[in-house]
Amino acid sequence: MVNPQQHSPGAPPVRAALPDVAQVWTWLHAVPDPEIPVISLTDLGIIRDVAYEDDNLVVTVTPTYSGCPATSIINLDIETALRGHGVDSLELRRQLSPAWTTDWLTDEGREKLEKYGIAPPQPAGGPDKCPQCGSQHVEKMSQFGSTPCKAQWRCTACLEPFDYFKCI
Amino acid sequence: MAPVDKEMLTQFLLRMGDNTLILGHRVSEWCGHAPVLEEDIALANTALDLIGQTQFWLGYAAEVMEDGKSADDIAFLRDAWDFRNLLLLELPNGDFGQTLMRQFLFDAYQSILLPRLMKSSDQRIAEIAEKASKEVAYHVERSAETVVGLGDGTEESHKRMQAALDRLWPYVGEMFASDEVDAAMAAAGVAPDPATLREEYNALIGKVLSEATLTIPDSDFAHKGGRTGATHTEHLGHLLSQMQWLQRAYPGATW
Repeated sequence: MVNPQQHSPGAPPVRAALPDVAQVWTWLHAVPDPEIPVISLTDLGIIRDVAYEDDNLVVTVTPTYSGCPATSIINLDIETALRGHGVDSLELRRQLSPAWTTDWLTDEGREKLEKYGIAPPQPAGGPDKCPQCGSQHVEKMSQFGSTPCKAQWRCTACLEPFDYFKCI
Repeated sequence: MAPVDKEMLTQFLLRMGDNTLILGHRVSEWCGHAPVLEEDIALANTALDLIGQTQFWLGYAAEVMEDGKSADDIAFLRDAWDFRNLLLLELPNGDFGQTLMRQFLFDAYQSILLPRLMKSSDQRIAEIAEKASKEVAYHVERSAETVVGLGDGTEESHKRMQAALDRLWPYVGEMFASDEVDAAMAAAGVAPDPATLREEYNALIGKVLSEATLTIPDSDFAHKGGRTGATHTEHLGHLLSQMQWLQRAYPGATW
């Protein structure tokens, strides 16, 4: 806080210093994905930019899938989190290009997914192993799953079905 | 390059958005009715992607029209004659095989058109196409696989898939029936003339349908009138009465 005494008369009222961008990233790192809460929005790679335009904080977000119903919840969660940290001048901007790719999932995000029982995306187009028992004997049940970002697979060793995070 | 005519651009965007909207709605009718759970989920996810893409296309159309309407207004408050979707997409679903055959015939078209649109002189169109083309690549993989699986499946599934192809084939030609809107888009570098995509389309579907042991009907006859809005089928009005009833009964209702 700046001491108002130090200000020249007639200057605009002084507000608390704006949180720096690195701090905002840390806060966003704590916001979970609404459908796969084990990973955060930054793990998912959908926060493309955090920057100030004057005093206005602009957070640029890219959708995972065009019709993903979580998109509006994600925006709401970002807004709730940042307002909770005292950000009052905030704008969320949608960015379509470059289109989201699972290459933007962080290594930390991939680890968290696997630990949670969701096989992380692989360039080969299918999981490399069962996230439960580690067997490489897996087969596809459906190209789609419980959310737009996942497909259904099963392990032929432990016989458990599991989610695979689609590689796009 | 020729300047972009706003009215022509609007028509082009409505065609793109109405295609995904009407097919998205048709596919969503399967929710809770598919033969197995996995297919039910797959169909619902496909519908979701299509509706998502609709929001981008119609959202942009609304901006270009500059008359204060939203994508929702365009989707829910127009009547049948204002829709610009292909007739193929408004046809009733038929059985599961026919639904997947229609999906394949449209996915194949989109999978060829969208990569071209990524090079559009209109940056917004290029961005939407970039996003949508990833989803379409996934859709066409599944619909092609399913068409092959069912076509080259049992005697019954083969018979049904051939019947589906025979039924839907006369609706394929409309995709390539270009008019003055397409000419204007091509001249402005916004979109390719769809007639120029036919050869690549024929090669793609020819390969998949032959693998599916299905025979493409030997006729070029094409029902037209969807993408121009001139002659929709009687099915569109019934679809709209279900899709639009809430906004019609309770104008301005919001979640």
